[in-house]
Parts: sequence; structure tokens; C-alpha cells
Amino acid sequence: MLAAFDFGVIGRNLPYLWEGMQLSLLLTGLSAFGSIVLGTILALMRLSGIKLFQWIGAVWVNFFRSLPLLLVIFWFYFLVPVVVQQQVDAFQSALIGFVLFEAAYYCEIMRSGILSISRGQAWAGYALGLRYSQTMRYIVLPQAFRNMLPILLTQTIILFQDTSLVFVVGLADFMTSAVNVAQRDSRLIELYVFAAFVYLVMCYFGSLYVKHLQQKMHR
Amino acid sequence: MIDIQNVNKWFDDFHVLKNISMSVAKGEVIVVCGPSGSGKSTLIKCVNGLEPFQKGTITVNDVSVGAKDTNLPELRSHIGMVFQNFELFPHMTAMQNICLSQLKVLGRSQSEAQDRTNTLLDRVGLEGLGFKYSSELSGGQQQRVAIARALAMDPFAMLFDEPTSALDPEMINEVLEVMQELARDDGMTMMVVTHEMGFARRVADRVIFMDEGEIVEDANTDDFFGTPRSDRAQLFLSKILQH
Amino acid sequence: MNYNWNWAILIEVPYFDWLVSGLGWTLLVSALGWIIAFSLGSLIGVIRTLPSKPLRLFGMAYVELFRNVPLLVQMFIWFYVLPELVGEDLGRWMKRDMPFPEATSAILCLGTYTASRVAEQVRAGIESIPRGQSMAGYAMGLTTKQVYRYLLIPVGYRIIVPPMTSEFLTIFKNSSLALTIGVAEVLYQARQIENYTFQGFEAFTAATLIYLVITMIVVFITDRVEAKARIPGYGVQGKT
Repeated sequence: MLAAFDFGVIGRNLPYLWEGMQLSLLLTGLSAFGSIVLGTILALMRLSGIKLFQWIGAVWVNFFRSLPLLLVIFWFYFLVPVVVQQQVDAFQSALIGFVLFEAAYYCEIMRSGILSISRGQAWAGYALGLRYSQTMRYIVLPQAFRNMLPILLTQTIILFQDTSLVFVVGLADFMTSAVNVAQRDSRLIELYVFAAFVYLVMCYFGSLYVKHLQQKMHR
Repeated sequence: MIDIQNVNKWFDDFHVLKNISMSVAKGEVIVVCGPSGSGKSTLIKCVNGLEPFQKGTITVNDVSVGAKDTNLPELRSHIGMVFQNFELFPHMTAMQNICLSQLKVLGRSQSEAQDRTNTLLDRVGLEGLGFKYSSELSGGQQQRVAIARALAMDPFAMLFDEPTSALDPEMINEVLEVMQELARDDGMTMMVVTHEMGFARRVADRVIFMDEGEIVEDANTDDFFGTPRSDRAQLFLSKILQH
Repeated sequence: MNYNWNWAILIEVPYFDWLVSGLGWTLLVSALGWIIAFSLGSLIGVIRTLPSKPLRLFGMAYVELFRNVPLLVQMFIWFYVLPELVGEDLGRWMKRDMPFPEATSAILCLGTYTASRVAEQVRAGIESIPRGQSMAGYAMGLTTKQVYRYLLIPVGYRIIVPPMTSEFLTIFKNSSLALTIGVAEVLYQARQIENYTFQGFEAFTAATLIYLVITMIVVFITDRVEAKARIPGYGVQGKT
């Protein structure tokens, strides 16, 4: 039965698949950066003394965490061109959707990171005459970020897997490229198994690195 | 210098500070003591606005701490504070810990800040240890870095919140000596929450004894150790001096 | 923004019926997938804590495999690839005679994927029980089976009630991926309404509300369950 398989199709399409992977990685990188920044702002809002900010942060997080990412991708694919009244690249609407959606998850990570820093650290900052923004920027956030680095990376590995969902709006990431080749050459099995293998290897080694990092930090 | 008038504070229903009135004059060293839970740590955190209070007034150098329009960061930059758990920033070296507020608050240049830091490290007996992270320093060394960090701001008063109670016994003296020099040589205005009665006797001008959120006794050092007027202070002293 | 609003579309024939049937499929796929996820996940989670090394390795391999491949890829493999790999007879049956091939594949896919997540929670729950507990059990003369049956599993499951809620919500949200292999669940129907009527705003709002409401109902119910399952003084992992 295996004789019927032709894994040469992968070699022949490798440059095309690599282009797709580059788009996947770019989308992952930009989304992770944007949503960590936004998520940190949301976390600070949730922890602020201002009721309105707390409320906005909480609603944001609970809203996006109740929705499937797929729905959010469709929403922005449909919504962004309507709002800006012109054709928009699918990449841009996907990026906006990912940033707003993933920020809800990064927010909760950063929130617990900030809560893990003892109150005394902030007190010490204030006692030196630092303002709230300086205390957060120089003292609390760097420590929170460092403590949470393994979890932030794990979430980013999940985000990388999630970017495969842009397939539904036809954005040519690695997954979409694999599907395109699969359908054009009628080589579904080879391409889907290959895609699974590539994701498996990348994510598995990513998670090994996270584990290594965790052990290093606990020493 | 520090003036506290009828201050009351509640944590929800719990009345932590009851009608506290006291003052610290310029150049004076005041020791605040009392059993744990007496409210003394809360009181000292109220002085630079780290803990809010609900009633009464605290003024430092004629600036009201509790007033809405007070620029707290500006006020705090003139008051040094030393904490029970040192609170060095673990992601920075000793040097960076001491430089941070000089750069970000006082706007000193990098080289100015480093020079000042080196002088201060010498002064607290830690010359050459500026490159160490707090995890590489002993408790006593960490607390001396914390004192240097507060002094780097050229404060007009220093607050010490149980500076030695997290230290191993053999390290207590190295910290107390630095504090004693600060009082004697610099004439620094100091408010010190501590159980170190030997330090109080040697250095303090007055001793304030608190219990259950109230000031029970406010006396000159000699009077306090001679004949405390209240039973509660006598009981506290007899317990603490046995050791 | 110029856009022709028409909210009435959502209650018109046949669009309303589409949404209702979409919701039906979403709930069916989620519920059946959850049964697989919970039972298989529990089994693998327990296996990962057993003394036997080969069993533990198997459990670990399962979790790593399913956790590190995107769900969308897994969906395609279940639907397109598996029938080709299982031998001719079974493959033909899967393609021709298996009832609702799309939904069945989706249920199996979501179930086995979510099982890997459930397994991690179960393992964490059991491992969070102090070792002294199982030692006390062995000291009383219980067998390994009995220690699990009477001590570790009852306590472990109470600890993991809150994470199980969120895993159920995960499978519920992930069931939307079934649309990629043609299961006509809620999101599939919302898109279909958009394609037919160009009222994307209304269609996606309807889908959004459906997901929000179901999530709120699930959270409401499980809050009650959590309160019941809590062991006094043992709720360390509860909500913060």
C-alpha cells in the first residue's frame, strides 16, 4: 500500500511550502508581540484601582475567551474591509483578529505574573519616589515578565498552532500551502501527514526548550 | 519634621490605628516598638503614603501626606525607607538598585549616580560589591544595600520598618551599626520600628510604645527604660529583655 | 461605513432554522466529543501517574503527539487520511457506509485531542495530592488499584472540577473547526447566511451571541457543581 505514496511531491514543492511557513512565522511573531503588549495593558487595567478600567479589562477577557478563534477570524475578515471602506489584505485583518483575541489570554498570564511579585517590591519603588508608571516599568513588569516567560512561550506555541486557522480565509500560511499542493496534485495523505509532522517537530522542540528554561529558572 | 495628628485607619472592619498623634523633630531619632499586630508597621507606611488612612493628618516637612493634591512621588523622593524584607530589586545588581531612582527621579547623569553609589557602598562597608545581585548577598549585606539605596536620594528623613527582624542574629549588628553612624555622624532624622531595645537605648531620643493600634507610651529614652508608666509596656519590656 | 442593516433576516425562513440546526450540531458534536475526551483523558491521565514505566511513556507520547499538532491538521487527518490508512475494507466502510462521516470524524478528532488536555489536568490533580495520602493507603494494606479507586481518584477529581469546566468550554469552542470538513454547525450556518444574504454583520452577531450565552449557561451550572464538589479546606486550585 505504501508504494502508492509519493513523498517526492513534498520535495518538489518545498520552496512553496517554505514561503507558507515564513508567513506562519511572521504572523505568529507579530501577533505575539502585539497581543503581549495589549495583554499587559489589559492586565494593568484589571489590577488598577479604577473601576471602569477593571470592568473594561474583565469584559474584554471574558468576551474573547468565550468565543472560538475561528469566529473571530471570520469577524475581522468580514468587518475590517467594511469599516475602512476598501479592500484589505487578509493578512492585516487576520493580524488584528489574532492580536485582540490572544491579548485576552496573554492578559491573564501577565496578571498572575504581576500578582506573583510581592507588594513590598512596589512599595520599595514608590518609597524611592518613583511614579506608578516607573514602578511598573522598571520594577514590577520586568520581574513579572521574567517569571512568566515559560508560560508566555507556551502560549506562543499555541498561537503558532492557531495561525493554521487562517486557512479558512485563504491566507497562504503553511497549512493553506499544504492544502493547496494536496488538492492540486491529489496528494492529500502525503501533504497532511507532512504538515502534521512539521508542526509536531517544531512545537515539540519548542516545548522542550520551555521545559529546559523552567528547570534553569528553578535552580 | 514629621507630624502625625489623630490618625485613624481601618482595614475593612478592623481598626488598626486609633487616634495616633506623635511627632518627630528635625535631627531626632524615634524608636517605635510594641507587640506584633500593634499597628506600628502600618503607621510607618502611612508616613510616606504607602498605606492610605481614613482620618487625621500626617505632614512631613509641612506637606500633607493624605491630601489629594499632594505630589506623593516628589515627597517620597525626600524620605528614605528601609523595609523588613529589604526589597532589593532581584533583577538588578546592587549598583543598579542604588542608581535607579537617582537616574529616573533625580535626573542625575549615569557617571554622577555611579560615583555617588560607590561612595555609599564604601560607607555601608560594601566597597566593590556593586556588581552583585541580591541573591548573591547575605541578608545583612542586602539590608545595607537597601540603606545605601535610600541614602542615595539625599533624604531629609529616614523610615526604618523592622530593618533587622528578617536577619540572622549574627548579621543584626552590622546593620545596626550603619544606622547608629547615620544618627550620630549625620544627625539624620529617623523613625525606626524595631524590637532592638539595645539600639533604642543607645541611639533613640524618644521611645514610643504601641499596642492594639494605640500609642500607650511616648517617653524620653531614659524614662522609658527607667520606669515605664503603663503595665503593658512593662510587660512587653520584661518579655523582650529576658532574651 | 455604509451597510444595509437587516436584523430581521435572523428570524426569517430559512435562516432561523439554519441557526437552530447549527446549534444542534454544535451541541451534539461537543457533547459526544466530551464523553470521549473525559473517559479517554481520565484513563491516560491516571496511566501517567502509575508506577509502570512503559505505560507512563505511552501516556506521555499520546499527550505530546496530540498537543503539538494543530487541531485543524488533526481534523484533516481524521477525515481525509485515516480512511486510506486503515486497510481497504474498513476504509471503504468509513467513506461509504459510516453514518454522518463528517460529524463522526469531527467527534473522534475533538474527543481524542481534548483527551490529551484532560489527561494533563487529571495527572496534575492526582500529583497534587500529597504522597503521604497514598502511603497511608498502602500502609493500611490497600492494593494500587484500591489506592486509586478509594483515595486518589475521588480526591483528584474534586480538585480538577474547575479546570474540567474550562476544558468543556474549550471543546465547545473548538467544535467550530468541524466546519472545515463540512459539519454544518453554528459557525458554518452563520457563514452560509452571509453568503446567501450578504448580511455578515447580523449573521456573525447571531453566532457570537449563541457562543456567549452557552458559555454563560455552562459557567452558571458548573459554579453550582463546583460548590458541591469542593472538599472543605481543600480548594487550593479553585478560582482566584
